[in-house]
Amino acid sequence: MSHVVQDRRPVTTVRVNHLSHARLPRWAQPAIAAGAVAAGIGLGTVAGWQSRTQWGMLAALLFVLASYLITAKVEGKRQARDRVATSIVWVAFVLAVVPLVSLSWVTVSNGLEVLDPYFLSHSMNAVLDAETGGGVYHALLGTIEQVLIATLIAAPVGLLTAVYLVEYGGGRLAKAVTFFVDVMTGIPSIVAGLFVLATWNLILGFGPSGFAGALALAILMMPVVVRSTEEMLKLVPNELREASLALGVPKWRTILKVVIPTAIGGITTGVMLAVARITGETAPVLLLVFGTKLINPNPFEGAQASLPLYVYEQYAVGTDASISRAWAAALVLIAFVMILNLVARGIARWKAPKTGR
Amino acid sequence: MAKRIDISGLSAFYGSHKAIEDISMTVEPRSVTAFIGPSGCGKSTFLRTLNRMHEVTPGGRVEGKVMLDDENLYGKDVDPVAVRRTVGMVFQRPNPFPTMSIFDNVAAGLRLNGSYKKNQLNDVVERSLKGANLWNEVKDRLNKPGSGLSGGQQQRLCIARAIAVEPDVLLMDEPCSALDPISTLAIEDLIGELKERFTIVIVTHNMQQAARVSDRTAFFNLAAVGQPGKLIEIDETERIFSNPSVQATEDYISGRFG
Ligand SMILES: Nc1ncnc2c1ncn2[C@@H]1O[C@H](COP(=O)(O)OP(=O)(O)OP(=O)(O)O)[C@@H](O)[C@H]1O
Ligand SMILES: [Mg+2]
Repeated sequence: MSHVVQDRRPVTTVRVNHLSHARLPRWAQPAIAAGAVAAGIGLGTVAGWQSRTQWGMLAALLFVLASYLITAKVEGKRQARDRVATSIVWVAFVLAVVPLVSLSWVTVSNGLEVLDPYFLSHSMNAVLDAETGGGVYHALLGTIEQVLIATLIAAPVGLLTAVYLVEYGGGRLAKAVTFFVDVMTGIPSIVAGLFVLATWNLILGFGPSGFAGALALAILMMPVVVRSTEEMLKLVPNELREASLALGVPKWRTILKVVIPTAIGGITTGVMLAVARITGETAPVLLLVFGTKLINPNPFEGAQASLPLYVYEQYAVGTDASISRAWAAALVLIAFVMILNLVARGIARWKAPKTGR
Repeated sequence: MAKRIDISGLSAFYGSHKAIEDISMTVEPRSVTAFIGPSGCGKSTFLRTLNRMHEVTPGGRVEGKVMLDDENLYGKDVDPVAVRRTVGMVFQRPNPFPTMSIFDNVAAGLRLNGSYKKNQLNDVVERSLKGANLWNEVKDRLNKPGSGLSGGQQQRLCIARAIAVEPDVLLMDEPCSALDPISTLAIEDLIGELKERFTIVIVTHNMQQAARVSDRTAFFNLAAVGQPGKLIEIDETERIFSNPSVQATEDYISGRFG
């Protein structure tokens, strides 16, 4: 009997060895990727494929396949499956980044042709479509004013709504408000534009103005602000509210001085993202602000211009000069949104609850 | 000014769930009363009914009477905000305000209530931090964020914050449960000093702590899971720990429980 027991012993020692195993070096994955890309290009050329997309797809396929086979050979089945998941994530990442990079590249390279201080500081007044020259100043001014007014309307209303939902809600009214906010999130921008056109312009009889456009933009912005602010307020720990209440601080003051300051970084980021979203809106602006070639600094009276509308108009004209202007204006628009985002991040970091000594 | 608390026939509910039932007791002024009992028997719930924090919980509801000297906290025209200014609270987990500096945390009670004079503030903060045994550790970094302190320092910061508004009663819910023995000792010493000025109620799971710091001890228990918790007995701490009148108390204290 005893020799049977002895026969079993080695099994346990083998198991212990499993804790370490052969591993691929760290440069293996990049090397496989490089190899796959080279193979993709090589095979693509040999087969005479025109489309670069086909080359890329082949390379991605080879990359995933090679990762699996090589890892399975060296490290084992489980590690190979893990590696496949990692390589698929990488492929997806590249797929997502390619359009983004190419879009930025095309916009920057085309936009820089005419983008200069003159372009930023002049309007299209008395510039013929086919002529070079002219600028984007009137549109930039219009966009800044319209977005500012829309934010001044939507941010406080959205913030207060979110405060109501998180701090006071819970009843049927809160449910209804949440439902309508969700519905509002899905409103197409042209519908918001038509709504303002029907009420503000047709029923109340006002003409086109930056303000009318700002109203529509505010409608589009509000649900986004409510949603993001709501999430941020929910993240504030209940313990902080209780700590403040237990000091004998009334609820409204607790919200104002403890809850909102704690969440202000996230709230600002949310508002800025909403701003970024409406900055690129064209449809309601087309309906309500109308567009003009002239500088109109008054958002409450008369047609104004705006950046996305300017891009659309210049592109629609279709001359070489105007298409260059459209690219430059698009670049200005992207830069504007990006600056806003950076500012928001700065504020969020500056205001975020402090840790460390 | 320390005040006496007289509780009679107090029950507290979470929605339809009755968490504690028919509690009557007296908490003496200028003394430390300890609450002990198994987890879930309603010590925190009971403590929170004493400064009307229980009703902050959704569905929270209270029946019965809590007399603070001669005023019923649950009387008709009583403002819960005013009650909470008179009866302060320190929570189990330290919870300094993360957006505020150490100084602002201590000053928060006064600032947020709007009831202070500018030149008073420095004095109050210094006095409270000294009262909480924290002054020496933080006097050079009053403008640094409060969340940068260690857990024990944060808890003492919260105590300083609570005593800065000069309450009459101080409720402490397991104030040392997350602390090391040295910080615990510091806070126990502090409780010994604070009872000269305040009425103190402390919830603790630490029998030695109850025996060390309290003058009177109340034992809570519940008949079964899902049943409401009840007050079993309250007496001088020495008697509870040497010769309790109820068998369940002795079993719990000596660890022969359940
Ligand atoms: N927010 C709440 N909602 C519903 N029920 C609750 C809530 N808080 C506590 N309870 C219930 O009330 C009862 C008493 O809870 P409580 O927190 O007062 O116990 P405790 O004695 O403080 O326990 P511990 O020693 O673990 O802190 C428990 O049955 C608990 O499940
Ligand atoms: Mg508790």
